[in-house]
Amino acid sequence: MTRKRNRREFLAAAAGLAAVAGLPATARGQATANLLRGTEKDMLAAIARYTGAKAVTKGRVKLEVPPLVDNGNTVAIAVTVESPMTEADHVRSIQIFSERNPEPVILGFKLGPRAGRAHVATRVRLADTQTLVAVAEMSDGTYWSGSAPTVVTIASCLEDL
Amino acid sequence: MSNALITVPKTAKRGEIIEIRTLVSHNMETGYRRTERGVPIPRDIVRSFSCTYNGVEIFSAELYPAISANPFLSFSTVATESGTLGFHWKGDNGFAVSSSAQITVT
Repeated sequence: MTRKRNRREFLAAAAGLAAVAGLPATARGQATANLLRGTEKDMLAAIARYTGAKAVTKGRVKLEVPPLVDNGNTVAIAVTVESPMTEADHVRSIQIFSERNPEPVILGFKLGPRAGRAHVATRVRLADTQTLVAVAEMSDGTYWSGSAPTVVTIASCLEDL
Repeated sequence: MSNALITVPKTAKRGEIIEIRTLVSHNMETGYRRTERGVPIPRDIVRSFSCTYNGVEIFSAELYPAISANPFLSFSTVATESGTLGFHWKGDNGFAVSSSAQITVT
Protein backbone atom coordinates (compact mmCIF):
# COMPACT_ATOMS: atom_id res chain seq x y z
CA MET A 1 0.00 0.00 0.00
CA THR A 2 1.55 3.22 -1.13
CA ARG A 3 -1.30 5.50 -0.05
CA LYS A 4 -0.90 7.02 3.39
CA ARG A 5 -3.56 5.93 5.83
CA ASN A 6 -5.72 8.69 7.18
CA ARG A 7 -6.76 8.89 10.80
CA ARG A 8 -10.17 7.27 10.34
CA GLU A 9 -8.81 4.28 8.46
CA PHE A 10 -6.08 3.90 11.02
CA LEU A 11 -8.59 3.91 13.87
CA ALA A 12 -10.87 1.47 12.07
CA ALA A 13 -7.95 -0.87 11.47
CA ALA A 14 -6.71 -0.50 15.05
CA ALA A 15 -10.16 -1.24 16.47
CA GLY A 16 -10.33 -4.26 14.20
CA LEU A 17 -6.98 -5.57 15.34
CA ALA A 18 -7.92 -5.08 18.98
CA ALA A 19 -11.04 -7.15 18.38
CA VAL A 20 -9.14 -9.82 16.44
CA ALA A 21 -6.72 -10.30 19.30
CA GLY A 22 -9.50 -11.32 21.67
CA LEU A 23 -11.35 -13.70 19.35
CA PRO A 24 -11.01 -17.45 18.78
CA ALA A 25 -9.25 -18.54 15.59
CA THR A 26 -12.38 -19.19 13.50
CA ALA A 27 -13.92 -15.82 14.23
CA ARG A 28 -10.58 -14.15 13.64
CA GLY A 29 -10.59 -14.93 9.93
CA GLN A 30 -14.04 -13.45 9.55
CA ALA A 31 -13.21 -10.32 11.49
CA THR A 32 -10.19 -9.69 9.28
CA ALA A 33 -12.24 -10.29 6.14
CA ASN A 34 -14.79 -7.74 7.33
CA LEU A 35 -12.17 -5.03 7.21
CA LEU A 36 -11.34 -5.70 3.59
CA ARG A 37 -12.78 -4.00 0.59
CA GLY A 38 -14.11 -6.04 -2.30
CA THR A 39 -12.22 -6.40 -5.55
CA GLU A 40 -13.18 -6.44 -9.21
CA LYS A 41 -12.64 -10.22 -9.11
CA ASP A 42 -15.29 -10.61 -6.39
CA MET A 43 -17.70 -8.58 -8.47
CA LEU A 44 -17.09 -10.61 -11.64
CA ALA A 45 -17.60 -13.81 -9.63
CA ALA A 46 -20.88 -12.46 -8.28
CA ILE A 47 -22.03 -11.50 -11.78
CA ALA A 48 -21.16 -15.00 -13.01
CA ARG A 49 -23.23 -16.50 -10.15
CA TYR A 50 -26.18 -14.35 -11.17
CA THR A 51 -26.01 -15.10 -14.89
CA GLY A 52 -24.99 -18.75 -14.50
CA ALA A 53 -21.74 -17.84 -16.32
CA LYS A 54 -23.64 -16.84 -19.48
CA ALA A 55 -22.28 -14.09 -21.71
CA VAL A 56 -23.22 -10.54 -20.72
CA THR A 57 -23.51 -7.98 -23.52
CA LYS A 58 -22.84 -4.31 -22.86
CA GLY A 59 -25.75 -2.05 -23.66
CA ARG A 60 -29.51 -1.57 -23.18
CA VAL A 61 -28.96 -0.94 -19.47
CA LYS A 62 -28.49 2.61 -18.21
CA LEU A 63 -27.23 3.00 -14.67
CA GLU A 64 -27.44 6.48 -13.20
CA VAL A 65 -25.07 7.22 -10.32
CA PRO A 66 -23.92 10.71 -9.28
CA PRO A 67 -20.35 11.19 -10.62
CA LEU A 68 -19.24 12.74 -7.32
CA VAL A 69 -20.61 11.51 -4.01
CA ASP A 70 -20.06 13.53 -0.82
CA ASN A 71 -21.52 10.97 1.54
CA GLY A 72 -21.28 7.28 0.69
CA ASN A 73 -24.02 6.41 3.17
CA THR A 74 -26.86 7.57 0.93
CA VAL A 75 -26.36 7.57 -2.80
CA ALA A 76 -29.39 7.82 -5.06
CA ILE A 77 -29.09 5.47 -8.02
CA ALA A 78 -31.45 4.52 -10.83
CA VAL A 79 -31.49 1.80 -13.47
CA THR A 80 -33.34 1.99 -16.76
CA VAL A 81 -33.42 -0.89 -19.21
CA GLU A 82 -34.41 -0.45 -22.84
CA SER A 83 -37.24 -2.93 -23.24
CA PRO A 84 -40.79 -2.81 -24.59
CA MET A 85 -41.92 -4.68 -21.41
CA THR A 86 -44.45 -6.81 -23.25
CA GLU A 87 -45.41 -10.40 -22.45
CA ALA A 88 -43.08 -11.56 -25.25
CA ASP A 89 -40.14 -9.28 -24.53
CA HIS A 90 -39.52 -7.93 -21.04
CA VAL A 91 -36.96 -7.62 -18.29
CA ARG A 92 -37.15 -10.51 -15.84
CA SER A 93 -34.69 -9.30 -13.25
CA ILE A 94 -31.97 -6.77 -12.55
CA GLN A 95 -29.02 -6.98 -10.18
CA ILE A 96 -26.66 -4.20 -9.21
CA PHE A 97 -23.05 -4.96 -8.35
CA SER A 98 -20.27 -3.09 -6.61
CA GLU A 99 -16.55 -3.43 -7.13
CA ARG A 100 -15.32 -2.16 -3.77
CA ASN A 101 -18.08 -2.71 -1.19
CA PRO A 102 -17.51 -5.57 1.28
CA GLU A 103 -20.28 -7.50 -0.48
CA PRO A 104 -20.36 -7.43 -4.29
CA VAL A 105 -24.15 -7.62 -4.62
CA ILE A 106 -25.98 -4.40 -3.79
CA LEU A 107 -29.53 -5.20 -4.77
CA GLY A 108 -31.68 -7.52 -6.84
CA PHE A 109 -35.03 -6.77 -8.50
CA LYS A 110 -37.63 -9.04 -10.07
CA LEU A 111 -40.04 -7.44 -12.47
CA GLY A 112 -42.18 -8.40 -15.42
CA PRO A 113 -44.44 -7.14 -18.19
CA ARG A 114 -46.80 -5.58 -15.64
CA ALA A 115 -44.13 -3.05 -14.71
CA GLY A 116 -44.89 -1.12 -17.91
CA ARG A 117 -41.37 0.25 -18.06
CA ALA A 118 -38.11 -1.06 -16.68
CA HIS A 119 -37.05 1.76 -14.42
CA VAL A 120 -36.16 1.37 -10.74
CA ALA A 121 -34.51 3.69 -8.24
CA THR A 122 -33.12 3.30 -4.73
CA ARG A 123 -30.50 4.62 -2.33
CA VAL A 124 -27.32 2.71 -1.59
CA ARG A 125 -24.15 2.79 0.45
CA LEU A 126 -20.78 2.97 -1.27
CA ALA A 127 -17.56 2.04 0.50
CA ASP A 128 -15.15 3.61 -1.94
CA THR A 129 -14.55 5.29 -5.29
CA GLN A 130 -15.56 2.63 -7.77
CA THR A 131 -17.53 1.54 -10.82
CA LEU A 132 -21.00 0.11 -10.32
CA VAL A 133 -22.46 -2.42 -12.73
CA ALA A 134 -26.10 -3.25 -13.39
CA VAL A 135 -26.98 -6.49 -15.17
CA ALA A 136 -30.45 -7.19 -16.55
CA GLU A 137 -31.90 -10.59 -17.43
CA MET A 138 -34.31 -10.45 -20.38
CA SER A 139 -37.23 -12.76 -21.00
CA ASP A 140 -35.31 -14.37 -23.89
CA GLY A 141 -32.58 -15.45 -21.45
CA THR A 142 -29.94 -12.93 -22.55
CA TYR A 143 -28.03 -10.71 -20.14
CA TRP A 144 -27.21 -7.05 -20.71
CA SER A 145 -25.16 -4.69 -18.61
CA GLY A 146 -24.43 -1.04 -18.00
CA SER A 147 -21.93 0.58 -15.69
CA ALA A 148 -21.23 3.93 -14.09
CA PRO A 149 -18.12 5.26 -12.35
CA THR A 150 -18.36 7.34 -9.21
CA VAL A 151 -15.99 9.17 -6.89
CA VAL A 152 -16.81 8.82 -3.18
CA THR A 153 -15.29 11.30 -0.72
CA ILE A 154 -16.76 9.98 2.56
CA ALA A 155 -17.01 6.21 2.52
CA SER A 156 -19.73 4.15 4.12
CA CYS A 157 -19.49 0.83 6.00
CA LEU A 158 -16.33 1.11 8.06
CA GLU A 159 -17.23 3.95 10.34
CA ASP A 160 -17.33 3.27 14.04
CA LEU A 161 -20.17 4.33 16.23
CA MET B 1 -42.02 1.16 15.75
CA SER B 2 -41.72 0.61 12.05
CA ASN B 3 -43.34 2.94 9.64
CA ALA B 4 -43.86 2.61 5.95
CA LEU B 5 -44.30 5.55 3.61
CA ILE B 6 -45.91 4.89 0.26
CA THR B 7 -46.66 7.17 -2.65
CA VAL B 8 -49.16 5.85 -5.17
CA PRO B 9 -51.48 7.98 -7.33
CA LYS B 10 -55.07 7.78 -6.03
CA THR B 11 -56.54 7.57 -9.50
CA ALA B 12 -55.17 6.50 -12.86
CA LYS B 13 -56.39 5.88 -16.37
CA ARG B 14 -56.55 2.25 -17.47
CA GLY B 15 -53.26 1.26 -19.12
CA GLU B 16 -51.36 4.20 -17.65
CA ILE B 17 -47.92 3.51 -16.20
CA ILE B 18 -47.87 4.68 -12.60
CA GLU B 19 -44.85 5.27 -10.41
CA ILE B 20 -44.81 3.74 -6.93
CA ARG B 21 -42.38 4.98 -4.29
CA THR B 22 -41.89 3.20 -1.00
CA LEU B 23 -39.84 3.79 2.10
CA VAL B 24 -39.71 1.82 5.32
CA SER B 25 -38.03 3.00 8.49
CA HIS B 26 -35.20 0.65 9.40
CA ASN B 27 -31.59 1.45 10.25
CA MET B 28 -30.14 -1.35 8.05
CA GLU B 29 -27.24 -2.29 10.31
CA THR B 30 -24.66 -3.72 7.90
CA GLY B 31 -22.84 -6.12 10.21
CA TYR B 32 -19.55 -4.50 9.17
CA ARG B 33 -19.51 -1.79 11.79
CA ARG B 34 -17.94 -1.98 15.22
CA THR B 35 -18.46 -0.21 18.49
CA GLU B 36 -15.76 1.99 19.99
CA ARG B 37 -14.43 -1.07 21.77
CA GLY B 38 -14.10 -2.99 18.52
CA VAL B 39 -17.02 -5.31 19.13
CA PRO B 40 -18.75 -6.12 15.82
CA ILE B 41 -22.36 -4.97 15.64
CA PRO B 42 -24.46 -7.86 14.31
CA ARG B 43 -26.23 -7.49 10.99
CA ASP B 44 -29.86 -6.40 11.11
CA ILE B 45 -31.29 -5.54 7.71
CA VAL B 46 -34.44 -5.74 5.65
CA ARG B 47 -33.94 -8.76 3.38
CA SER B 48 -36.80 -8.60 0.95
CA PHE B 49 -39.57 -6.46 -0.41
CA SER B 50 -42.55 -7.37 -2.52
CA CYS B 51 -45.45 -5.51 -4.03
CA THR B 52 -48.77 -7.13 -4.92
CA TYR B 53 -51.56 -5.75 -7.10
CA ASN B 54 -54.90 -7.27 -6.10
CA GLY B 55 -53.01 -10.23 -4.66
CA VAL B 56 -50.70 -10.84 -7.63
CA GLU B 57 -47.02 -10.11 -7.12
CA ILE B 58 -45.85 -7.49 -9.62
CA PHE B 59 -42.47 -6.51 -8.22
CA SER B 60 -40.00 -7.79 -5.68
CA ALA B 61 -36.56 -6.88 -4.48
CA GLU B 62 -33.79 -8.61 -2.57
CA LEU B 63 -31.97 -6.22 -0.26
CA TYR B 64 -28.36 -6.41 0.89
CA PRO B 65 -26.38 -4.46 3.51
CA ALA B 66 -25.38 -1.96 0.79
CA ILE B 67 -28.88 -0.48 0.87
CA SER B 68 -29.04 2.77 2.82
CA ALA B 69 -30.88 3.13 6.10
CA ASN B 70 -34.64 3.54 5.62
CA PRO B 71 -34.72 1.59 2.33
CA PHE B 72 -36.26 3.56 -0.49
CA LEU B 73 -37.50 1.83 -3.64
CA SER B 74 -39.15 3.34 -6.65
CA PHE B 75 -40.67 1.28 -9.45
CA SER B 76 -43.63 1.32 -11.81
CA THR B 77 -46.63 -0.69 -12.83
CA VAL B 78 -49.43 -0.55 -15.37
CA ALA B 79 -52.76 0.50 -13.86
CA THR B 80 -54.97 -2.41 -14.90
CA GLU B 81 -57.91 -2.32 -12.49
CA SER B 82 -59.14 -0.63 -9.34
CA GLY B 83 -58.05 -2.32 -6.18
CA THR B 84 -55.42 -2.68 -3.54
CA LEU B 85 -51.65 -2.53 -3.76
CA GLY B 86 -49.95 -4.49 -1.01
CA PHE B 87 -46.42 -3.83 0.23
CA HIS B 88 -44.46 -6.30 2.32
CA TRP B 89 -41.02 -6.00 3.88
CA LYS B 90 -39.25 -8.85 5.65
CA GLY B 91 -35.92 -8.81 7.43
CA ASP B 92 -33.54 -10.11 10.06
CA ASN B 93 -34.72 -10.70 13.63
CA GLY B 94 -38.29 -11.28 12.53
CA PHE B 95 -38.76 -7.85 10.99
CA ALA B 96 -42.01 -7.77 9.03
CA VAL B 97 -44.02 -4.77 7.90
CA SER B 98 -47.02 -4.72 5.62
CA SER B 99 -48.89 -1.80 4.21
CA SER B 100 -51.41 -1.16 1.48
CA ALA B 101 -52.75 1.55 -0.78
CA GLN B 102 -55.96 1.90 -2.78
CA ILE B 103 -56.09 2.87 -6.41
CA THR B 104 -59.08 3.76 -8.56
CA VAL B 105 -58.65 3.02 -12.25
CA THR B 106 -60.99 4.72 -14.69
